[in-house]
Amino acid sequence: MSIDKDKIKHISQLARISLDSKKTDALAKDLSSIFKFIEQLNEINTDKTEPLSSILNEPLRSREDVVNDGKIREKILKNSPQKNEEFFIVPKVIE
Amino acid sequence: MTELTKKSLTEITKLIKKKEIKSEELTESFIKNIEKDKRLNSFITKCSESALVKAKNFDKKPEFKNLLPGIPIAVKDLFCTSGVKTTAGSKMLENFIPNYESTITNNLWKEGAFLLGKLNCDEYAMGSSNETSYFGNVMNPIAENTVPGGSSGGSASALAADLTPVTIGTDTGGSIRQPASFTGTVGLKPTYGLCSRWGIVAFASSLDQAGPMTKSVEDCALMLEVMAGFDEKDSTSISKKKENYSKNLSDKVKGLKIGIPKEYRVEGMPKEIDKLWENGKKLLQESGAEIIDISLPNTKYALPTYYIVAPAEASSNLARYDGVKYGFRSNRGNNLLEMYENTRSEGFGDEVKRRILIGTYVLSSGYYDAYYLKAQKVRYLIKNDFDQAFKKVDALLTPSTPSSAFKIGEKKDDPISMYLNDIFTVPVNLAGIPAISIPAGTDSNNYPLGLQLIGKPLDEQKILNIAYAAEKKINFKLTLKKWWEK
Repeated sequence: MSIDKDKIKHISQLARISLDSKKTDALAKDLSSIFKFIEQLNEINTDKTEPLSSILNEPLRSREDVVNDGKIREKILKNSPQKNEEFFIVPKVIE
Repeated sequence: MTELTKKSLTEITKLIKKKEIKSEELTESFIKNIEKDKRLNSFITKCSESALVKAKNFDKKPEFKNLLPGIPIAVKDLFCTSGVKTTAGSKMLENFIPNYESTITNNLWKEGAFLLGKLNCDEYAMGSSNETSYFGNVMNPIAENTVPGGSSGGSASALAADLTPVTIGTDTGGSIRQPASFTGTVGLKPTYGLCSRWGIVAFASSLDQAGPMTKSVEDCALMLEVMAGFDEKDSTSISKKKENYSKNLSDKVKGLKIGIPKEYRVEGMPKEIDKLWENGKKLLQESGAEIIDISLPNTKYALPTYYIVAPAEASSNLARYDGVKYGFRSNRGNNLLEMYENTRSEGFGDEVKRRILIGTYVLSSGYYDAYYLKAQKVRYLIKNDFDQAFKKVDALLTPSTPSSAFKIGEKKDDPISMYLNDIFTVPVNLAGIPAISIPAGTDSNNYPLGLQLIGKPLDEQKILNIAYAAEKKINFKLTLKKWWEK
């Protein structure tokens, strides 16, 4: 399937990535060829095949819901691009 | 005496234990080499000062019982290291300093090793040539302007150029084995779940595995022994007893059945690689192994499946980079949404964006069944091919890559031709099984070529043993001209 510019615009909005028109053109071309390659899978009949979502034989483990770290607010905030005492700062969302 | 930095980990460890060399002397020798890394560009962060302090501390109070006593090790910059910048090769994490240590690196330090530096890699491990790194491409020490492979390209290059005695990488579709093959080194991708993923920057969680990259099979066994083990913090970690891969290493392969999958003989594959494969069969036969032709009928669908599954998981994993809690933030944008969109547009490189968009598309409403679900079904068929094959054979022998190292820029504009590099390595990740690449010869340019041994789940010991037997017979040697030091 060929991927046109409108589709790229739509997906990039879903993925929260802004693109200029030059990038959109280039990506439409790249993704079209990649999807053509991917669509080889349509050659195989998988009507009776179960999807494989995990290659592990055992189910995923769960653990008790207990706090095993904590008191690391300072450390966590240290890597934030913009902070104010104990908060992360983002552009204003309420007028 | 051979230069210290050329020696294998096993040899160095012996010298340290016999007190013939000190950790400080060893560390200094590597630092001297690292100072000349500029043209290779294999390091993103050098930790020379802190490494020397740790080496001196070791010498003052040496603990020889450990498996890696006083050994300096540089690691792929995808492993989080506490207090040391971890970039994943991306602008997005250019200034990210984790406050925790990945389980795998912690396992190395617990055995007496310490950090020598962080190695360049493709951005978020997405690439097969190390050309997608925000910190510039890495060169292969075998020849100027040649790629080291990827995504663990910095790791492979630093190892081959004697800038680190061993290293660790991650392998999602071939990112350890392909660069190992391109640089004439040994690389192993373990069974999914054997090595903890905790603290590794995530790419595709159902495929990612960390593994050792070394100068010999013996070193590889030793490193795997240190790395492997159950980790409560990784929900996919396998709970099993620790194995002594290095102690149990043996070159006895008599009576083992080695399968040759006919689908791996692809169109347009250079004759030299075919010859290499034939030679591999012959020498294993001479060692008493039985060669059996087998079929993995769905092999050709592995790459298309991979390019649905991996981007889908990546688009979900990389959703976390929003410029709020850590990482890069764009200063353009009038509201929250624009801040997100500009941050991700400026922070991610082209290949990462491409894969996020593919992933977003195959998971989006209306397309999920046609792409993602379809790929999961084909993934089942690919795994089943291996299950059936392993009823007849103990391991599989294939080439590691369909070509030797290529020139920088050669495949950059054609994503498909770049993706085809991983044609022999990707099926193993989809099936979650272990595989090792060992250097097996050179092509007409004198560039290294690798052979791959694929094993059953958790059968690392067997493929290490076969690789060990093959390594002895092949006796691969590569002399580098050290052009990058000029």
